[in-house]
This record gives sequence, C-alpha cells and structure tokens, in this order.
Amino acid sequence: MSEKVWIAGGGVISGIGLDVPACIQSFRDMQPGMTAMQYLPSVHRNTFPVAEVKADNATLADMARMPENISRTALLSMIAAREAWQSSGLGDISQYRVGFVSGNTVGGMDKTEDFFADYLANPRGGRLQQLLHHECGSITELVADQLGVRHHVSTISTACSSGANALMYGSRLIRNNIVDVVIAGGTDALTRFTLNGFNTLMILDQQPCRPFDDTRTGLNLGEGAGYVVLVSDSLAARLQPWCRFSGFANANDAYHQTASSPDGTGNYLAMKGALDMSGLQPQQIGYINLHGTGTQNNDVSEGIAINRLFAPHFPAMSSTKSFTGHTLGASGGIEAVFSALSVKEGIIYPNARFEHQMKELPFAPATAFSAGHDLQHVMSNSFGFGGNCSSLVFSKSY
Amino acid sequence: MNIYINGTGCISPQETAQGGLLLATPREYETVRLATVDPDYKQWIDVKQIRRMSRVVKMGVGAANLSLEAAGLTAPDAIITGTAYGCLDDTGVFLTKMVNQQEEMLTPTAFIQSTHNTVAGHIALLLGCNGYNNTFVHRGFSFENALLDAIMILKEGSAQHILAGGLDEITNHSHQLLTRFGLYKKEPVKTMELLNSPSRGTIAGEGAAFFSLGITKQPGTVAELSGVSTLYKPLWEGEVIGHIMKFLEDNNCTPADIDLIVTGRNGDIDHDEIYEEIAAALFPETAEASFKHLCGEYPTAAAFGVWMANAIIAEQQVPEAAVFFGKAPEQINKVLIYNHHQGTHHSLVLLTAC
Repeated sequence: MSEKVWIAGGGVISGIGLDVPACIQSFRDMQPGMTAMQYLPSVHRNTFPVAEVKADNATLADMARMPENISRTALLSMIAAREAWQSSGLGDISQYRVGFVSGNTVGGMDKTEDFFADYLANPRGGRLQQLLHHECGSITELVADQLGVRHHVSTISTACSSGANALMYGSRLIRNNIVDVVIAGGTDALTRFTLNGFNTLMILDQQPCRPFDDTRTGLNLGEGAGYVVLVSDSLAARLQPWCRFSGFANANDAYHQTASSPDGTGNYLAMKGALDMSGLQPQQIGYINLHGTGTQNNDVSEGIAINRLFAPHFPAMSSTKSFTGHTLGASGGIEAVFSALSVKEGIIYPNARFEHQMKELPFAPATAFSAGHDLQHVMSNSFGFGGNCSSLVFSKSY
Repeated sequence: MNIYINGTGCISPQETAQGGLLLATPREYETVRLATVDPDYKQWIDVKQIRRMSRVVKMGVGAANLSLEAAGLTAPDAIITGTAYGCLDDTGVFLTKMVNQQEEMLTPTAFIQSTHNTVAGHIALLLGCNGYNNTFVHRGFSFENALLDAIMILKEGSAQHILAGGLDEITNHSHQLLTRFGLYKKEPVKTMELLNSPSRGTIAGEGAAFFSLGITKQPGTVAELSGVSTLYKPLWEGEVIGHIMKFLEDNNCTPADIDLIVTGRNGDIDHDEIYEEIAAALFPETAEASFKHLCGEYPTAAAFGVWMANAIIAEQQVPEAAVFFGKAPEQINKVLIYNHHQGTHHSLVLLTAC
C-alpha cells in the first residue's frame, strides 16, 4: 500500500489557454478570458460575459482526435487529460493499473439541449445520437476509452466541488492498492442549461467578475477541463513529481441547497480537515487558491472561514476564477493543477480586477503574478451547491 | 477490519419500506415500467417541503432514514450516494421551460434541484450532517463506487458510520427516450414471467436502497460487507470469470464457499446469457436468486440486489418470488451479488453472515 500520493503532472484547457503553458502565460500577461459569447448560442449572448475556450468544436475535435459531433464536455476532457498524462512522463498507459476519475455537472447537456427543442416539438423527433452521451458517466467513458484506461472509471458530481472530490477518491484508490495511477479532475462545457440556471439565481455578473472585491455582484461562467496525474510512492520514485498531494477534506455545510452559511461552517471544516490530514498548522500554508466565485455570498462565507482558521497569519491568496470564470465541475481539477504548479514553481497567481477591500475581512487577495516563491504548502478550495465543500493541500516533495 | 451492514432501507416497486418478512406478498405487474410503492413521506419530511421535492429526492430521503433507523443512528459521519441519472424530473422541467420560453422568465427551483448531488445534500441538510458528502454518477457503477468509497473511508478511520446508497428515478421523458433506444420489451410482460421471456428488452425500474455501514457490529446486524469490485467493458466472458475468481480469492474464498448467488438477470436474452455462462463455469450447483423482475432494470438496481441479499441472510431463506435456481443450504453464510448493466458495467458485492 502506498502511504503517500504524488502529483506527477497536470493538464488544463480553459478560457485563458488551450494548455497549461498558455494558461500560465495569460496570468503573467494579466489577460483574463471573459468575452461576449462566441460559441454558445444563447439569447443572453450579449448580456453575460463568459470565459469560453477559444476554439470551436471542430478545432477541439482535431486536438482531441475524437469525432466532432460528441459533447464539447468530452472534447475538453480529452485534451486536458492527454496533456496531463503526457506531462507525467509515464509513457505507455497500458503498462500500468490506471484509473480515470472525472467530475462534471451536466454530462452531455450541450447536445441534450439541442435535442430537446426537436423532441418537445415531436416526441419521435430529435436525433437520438445527440442523447447518447447525456449521462455524466458517459462523458468519462468516452475519454477513458480513448486514453486506454480500463482498470477503474468513475464520475463524481458534487456541483462546483466535483473535480476536487475526484482527486480525493483517486488518492484513496491508490492508497488502497486498487490502481497505481489515477488521472483525476473534472470537465464542463458551457451550456444554456447552466447559464440560464445561474441566471435564475441572479448571481451572474454582467461585467467581468470581481472576486473578493467589496463591489462584487456575481460570477462569470467559464468552461474547460483540468486533470492531475496521481501516482503511488513506487511510481513517484521513478519520476520527478511536481509535488505531494498531502491532505484533503470534504465537509457539508448543511445550511442551504445553494447558499453558503454566513459563518462558512462547511468551508471552515473542509480547510481545517485538509490541514489536519496534512499534519500542518495554518501558518505553514503559503498560498490559497480561493474558491472565490465573486458572488456576495461565497466570498464573504469563504473569507470569514479563512479569517477564523488563519488569523493572524494570512497566506497569499487569489481567485483564478477572475481569469477562467467559474468552470463548475472542472474548477476543482483546473485549480488543483494551478495549485500543484504553484508549489512546483513558487507561483502566486493574480486576482484580476480587485480594487475595493471587503469590509468584513482583514486581508486582500494578491493582484500581481509572481513566481519563484518558496511555497512549501498550497491549499485549493472548491465549494458548491448541495453544501459540498472540499479543500486540497499540495506540499513540496518530502 | 470488518465492515458491517448495520441497517438498510429500501423503497422500490415492492413493499420494501414497511418492514415485515422479505417479499411476503410480492407485487406482480404486467407492464414495462415499474414505479415505486411510496411510503408516507410525512414521517421524515415536512409537508411543505414534500410538495417541492421530486420523487427521487423523496425516495432517497426515505430510504436513508429507514436505514439509519434500523441501525439506531441519528446521524452518520458521512453520506455517499450513487445515481446514474440524478434528478431527471427537475432537469426535464427546467430544460422544457428553457426551450419553450426561449430562455426567458425562468424560475430557479427546478434548476436548484436538478443537480446530481441534490439528494445527498438534502439528506445532510435534514440530518444537520456536516461530515463527508459525495455523489457518484457513473452509470452502472454509481452505487458500487459509493460502496467502495465508504469502505475505503471506514478502513482509513476517518469515519465510524457511513450512510451509502444507490437510487434512480424514471420520468415520462426518460422512459419515452430510453424506449426509443430499444431498451424495453415491446409488449407489457408479466413480471413473474420476465426472466423466462424469450425476447430482447427488459422492463424499466426505479428505487432507492441505502445502507448504514459501520466498523462495529450492532445488535441487529446480520451481515458484513466483505468486498466490492467493478469490471469495465470486459472483452469476453473469460475475463469476467477470471475477475470473479480473483475477487473471491482476494476475499479468501472459492466458488464452493458461496451459498447463494444473486444475479441481475433482467429478461433480455442478450443480457442474460452471461449469467448462464458464469453459473455454468463457476457455480453449477449453487442456488441462484434474482431481483430485476421485482425492481426493474436501472443503472443502480444492484443496490436493490444487495438490500435483498442482506434480508435473505437475516431470514436465512430465499423467498419464493426471488428463487431462480436450486435450493439454498440451511445455513446461508456467503452471498455473492453479480450484476451487469448493459453488458459494459459488471460488478460484484460479497456479503458474509456474521
């Protein structure tokens, strides 16, 4: 049994880049990904800015080496998962016991919602092919099959914390000797279903979002996919892992189906649990990748929970959602890659558009990109609907 | 470390929610679409909330409560659900309004309740449970992944009591669409004759089965959850046979130690062939019970199968309605549940009397 679990690599596709180096360059250049909708057809096209992946399905299909007519969610997933695998240096995937654990929130909804227009007009109408990959698990299988993963496939859907929970489950699969390697993270494409859903909750900002800013009025949706490659001790010894996946915890806020409790109970319990598992004191965390959606509710609850746990030693922190938008089921995976890279290269990511200090909080996010810091431990937060709160901790390789 | 099933709860097309002997009065149907027999949900949920809840949320909350009551627990340390389809009803409502109203004038309730983690979130909310909370949505592995996650967490020691369950609902839209995919029989079929039907297709089912799992045995505990394993897209039946042998070996037993196999036969001649082959190869003399003629076919139906197997161990006999082959021995000690969904998702669960 492997005692420790390591991050051997990562891959990301998001509104700020088609791979990890492109995303990092966008942070350096302070180039967030929000624009008017280019690819998602919606009546809200000119109302809500979104961080779309800057490529149409034909281009993504070429990159993924998959058919163009399958869900964009699967195409994004494949591109990021392949980048993650290649960055690990593990080589031929068939040589290992590999698991693929992917989070997503609405599966192949991008195709289902097209299908539904024809189907509602006529119960025998609509092309069934568009419905074939509606299930969340089907998206995971399209990619697992393409990657050649057979030992374990699993899909997690806990709203905005799906990707983070995929890493936890993946880590347990390795520690229980069920597999030796897990590609873990999440994916989600923009859909009208989610866009309209978030619109009914009145938490979408009509301007680029301002996480942790006192004047924030909501989030921007994004899309993408992000995966890390988790490996056991014995495999890590042959590689140059980015860092160690040292701790994690999942807690439920048990307050409201869509809102966080005012004191951030679930957020606090997740962060505290992750620290405890890592055997760390709060002051040992060098950087927090915030959940930081930019809604009134999230940022104050998360901030209060951080204040309770970390005061008076606040680490550097920022919300990369100010660049990528909120990528829902993918966000935990994307931000896990950013956080693991943060440990590896000492990166503190900028929080775009922060200007006004939140009056409830004694700390402010970082606003400029910087690298080369000595970051021993980095935390990544993902909190979601259903009260699902998860925190992950990544640590230097010892 | 042993993991015990300390309480179970099941809401299904059979009268499983009210206690009493297993399948004492089996419900027979002549249809291709079964529906749950609903208990009075007011015993667990406030009347005002019930009205806004979809059936899958109600059946989940109900089965979860039944299993906690049976285990004498007020709240678990963790809640883990498995659901392949999630909250189809609310998804369908929101999608329909979105299309019909051209994305205008929509209300949030259906969207809020459409997320796959709604049930696990609701259970946590109702119990005030701040512990670990997860939802697996992987087709025919959703329930098995939930069990595996629970086992790993219990072994790790970060929880003592875990509520884990599998559930799925049928809606008019889902039934209409799955019918177009050709999943079901063309004509209504008598459920007690389903498993001998000579044609393709099965019957649709739904339900919720929850398990209170713990590392210490309670007074009413009858079975240990000895192991869970999944096999994805086996290339041929030999791979399934090898996987079962390996699974039994990992659990320190042989096919001869199995007193009863519980199989996921669903009356589709194409799907049932593998059960014949496995029985012939590994369990030629072993008694066999089956369950999908009782609960219907759905991706998390194995949860019903495990629930039934636990009840069989409790009563030490296989009810007439569940018998498929042979006669179980006097002592029913080890029960192997073998299920597959669509031929692509094969799973094994081993229960041992304790």
